[in-house]
Amino acid sequence: MNLLPELRSILDEVTQRFGTQIRHAPATQPDELYLLAPLELAGALCSTFYRKYHGRLAGVFAEDARAGEHAFFVYYVYALDGVRGFVLVRVPILPENPEMNSVTNAVPAANWQEREIQDLFGIKLIGHPNPRRCVLHDDWPEVYPLRKDFDLHSKLPPFTGVRHKFREVEGEAVFQVPVGPVHAGIIEPGHFLFSVAGEPVLYLQLRMFYVHKGIEKLFENLPIHHCVRLAESISGDSGFAHAVAFCHAVERAAGVEAPARARALRTLCLELERLYNHVGDIGAICADVAFITANMHAMRLRERVLRVNEELTGNRLLRGMACVGGVRNDFDAEQLRALAKLVDEFEKGFNDLVDLIRGNSGTRDRLETTGVLTPQVALDLGIVGIAGRASGFDHDLRRDVPHDFYDQVQFSVPVFTEGDVQRRMDVRREELLQSFGIIRQVLEKLPAGPIKAEIHEVPADRVAMGFVEGWRGEIFHWVHTAPGNRLARCKVKDPSLQNWPALSEAIMGNIIPDFPVVNKSFNLSYSGTDR
Amino acid sequence: MFETLRQSLRTGVVTTSYPETPAEVSSRARGRPEIDWEQWKDARLAAAVCPSGAIEFVDEPAGSAVRRNVALDLGKCIFCGLCADVDPAIRITNACELAACLREDLRHMAQYRLNDDGTHQRLLEAPGKPETLDTVGRQLRASIQSVLGRSLHIRQVDAGSCNGCEMEIHGLNNPVYDIERFGIHFVASPRHADMLLVTGPVTRNMELALRKTYDATPEPRLVVAVGACGCSGGIFGRNYATCGGVDSVIPVNVYIPGCPPNPHALLHGILLAIGRLPQKPSRRNDADAQGIKHAPA
Repeated sequence: MNLLPELRSILDEVTQRFGTQIRHAPATQPDELYLLAPLELAGALCSTFYRKYHGRLAGVFAEDARAGEHAFFVYYVYALDGVRGFVLVRVPILPENPEMNSVTNAVPAANWQEREIQDLFGIKLIGHPNPRRCVLHDDWPEVYPLRKDFDLHSKLPPFTGVRHKFREVEGEAVFQVPVGPVHAGIIEPGHFLFSVAGEPVLYLQLRMFYVHKGIEKLFENLPIHHCVRLAESISGDSGFAHAVAFCHAVERAAGVEAPARARALRTLCLELERLYNHVGDIGAICADVAFITANMHAMRLRERVLRVNEELTGNRLLRGMACVGGVRNDFDAEQLRALAKLVDEFEKGFNDLVDLIRGNSGTRDRLETTGVLTPQVALDLGIVGIAGRASGFDHDLRRDVPHDFYDQVQFSVPVFTEGDVQRRMDVRREELLQSFGIIRQVLEKLPAGPIKAEIHEVPADRVAMGFVEGWRGEIFHWVHTAPGNRLARCKVKDPSLQNWPALSEAIMGNIIPDFPVVNKSFNLSYSGTDR
Repeated sequence: MFETLRQSLRTGVVTTSYPETPAEVSSRARGRPEIDWEQWKDARLAAAVCPSGAIEFVDEPAGSAVRRNVALDLGKCIFCGLCADVDPAIRITNACELAACLREDLRHMAQYRLNDDGTHQRLLEAPGKPETLDTVGRQLRASIQSVLGRSLHIRQVDAGSCNGCEMEIHGLNNPVYDIERFGIHFVASPRHADMLLVTGPVTRNMELALRKTYDATPEPRLVVAVGACGCSGGIFGRNYATCGGVDSVIPVNVYIPGCPPNPHALLHGILLAIGRLPQKPSRRNDADAQGIKHAPA
């Protein structure tokens, strides 16, 4: 496959600078450049891509290749938004000495992902500022679940009762408020430890991974067609986006593209997912500042979308719709009319809701300047999606690296720089308004034809990335295929994993009663983070 | 203020009258798979495509022939409909009210004589009429109902779900389903709760928290397991990081299948647990109407 010209010139420059130490590995897609580098060069390459080519470190993950290549591989994924491509740097780590140098001090965005590698692969981090366990809590035995010699169904000994040691915050009138993992609302589990002096929060420590379900290991144990259903269960509210990201990865590995109609239908479903989540979040933000009437209207609108989802795909959360090669069912004329009607009615109802919220000055008072995430902090932490766009990061995969049908439609990407709760709500509002336009344009241009490309056997030993701009932010799946329609590795990255540390920054200096609304304005997925 | 009132008045009442009226579910919705047990020829196709192992079979020698035991487990089913795509004997209905008090009520089994080519033919034992709830169970439920009376407080616990079930449980509070019209209310602490509404699969990292939450709930208490994962572990099953269904950690009174169960199905299950479903025997449990037999425990 021919590389994109921009990636080709980057490859030439890098080869010129580092010589034969770096090799180029073939890929199936023109927008993925694979570089094989020795471990010593990982840091130098990191600063090259980070500083010189304005690459974002969009992911760090590992793979156990000891059986074939006698090494663990660590991959650094740089998203080069300017050239619409990705550079994946692969470095080998010898099993005799499983250690790697941390890049977190240079690129804070890598923090949690590096710790995850340490927990799941047993590769020790050198120079990480906070190398404590994260995925496997303190009472887990010494096991490395993503190593190939660890069995998915391993029976582990019962808990020993080891308690997690949080960092201590001391001083006059400083006290700690522990919250979770079982929360007061109907939300997922996680533990938050607030250190406060009076009401303002001095420091917030997050402890996640309560819902770690071994999903990445499970991917390696299922045939590919079952994996699509598993992908739907990574994060229920982004089920369709995850399933499509997974399908993209497999399709790209197989060198097959879904037919035009399938891509259009996928786009419709992705926008429906955005619709019901965004309006639900706007309502929930209002509810957290005690504007219940607005929340009720929002929940009513959301229910309307969920029912149309059911009419279109047989499931309210769009499950069972995606499949490798396309989608499982077509929309007939009646269903398309139902969708067009939904958009018209929803738009009207949503405009009323926006007026209602605008007319309530108390809501604005609570939301403006609350939970500020400054653009610089957002950039350092690599914050993506809604939260990124509310803090000045002008990025949207739908526009920048269009997937599915997004290259056929016109829309704008709202960006704000204030980074407060109000702006995170505004991003949602503006995106919803754009969504109406996207759905109408797709309905207008809806191509005829098949809805699925048949893929009987996915070739073995291919690697590819799949990506989707979900409603929350960019979702990446990376697959390494194995013989017999199976996977040797599937890395899943939900935007939540990237964005959680932003919450700790945004809440600082705010009062504890504002925490629910700040948390809601990010609305991150626990399950998507923990997998 | 006036605008707020005007909008509310203009919107009017949107609340459903379920369960007095039937569930408002699209005819295209994927609910309970229905198997034509008499005509079923080959369980292998459906079992091969089922991602969660809801359709499984075991072949065992019986005299000179081979007997095939087939099971359809609604507690594992994620309602994807892949089985119906490959097997004409399976039809997907839109029935969503599937909650049951016993885990076995969700498991339907049949026995066939196996042919030489791997298909099966004559139905040896068809799924029959379910046995009724045992007397002890009935008495226990009656005593719980008398204590909890007409009002119920629920504490929801996510013990490992993908958050799909939480989305739908959240929907119970919206103006369409409005669970408070039954005097049912979600509370912030297990100490205030009569019922734990638990989603799963229970992860290793949440096991202790779930046990502690259960212990903190005053007796008499009810536990309702929600969703395929809560009933059985679902597509995740049991692995190094999960313990499987909720009943592998704490006792469960009612199971609500679904992936995720829609708000109607959730209401049905919750009302079933407190004995407040309208007395319509044919609709109490879909399995009854179907004439489906339970597997031995």
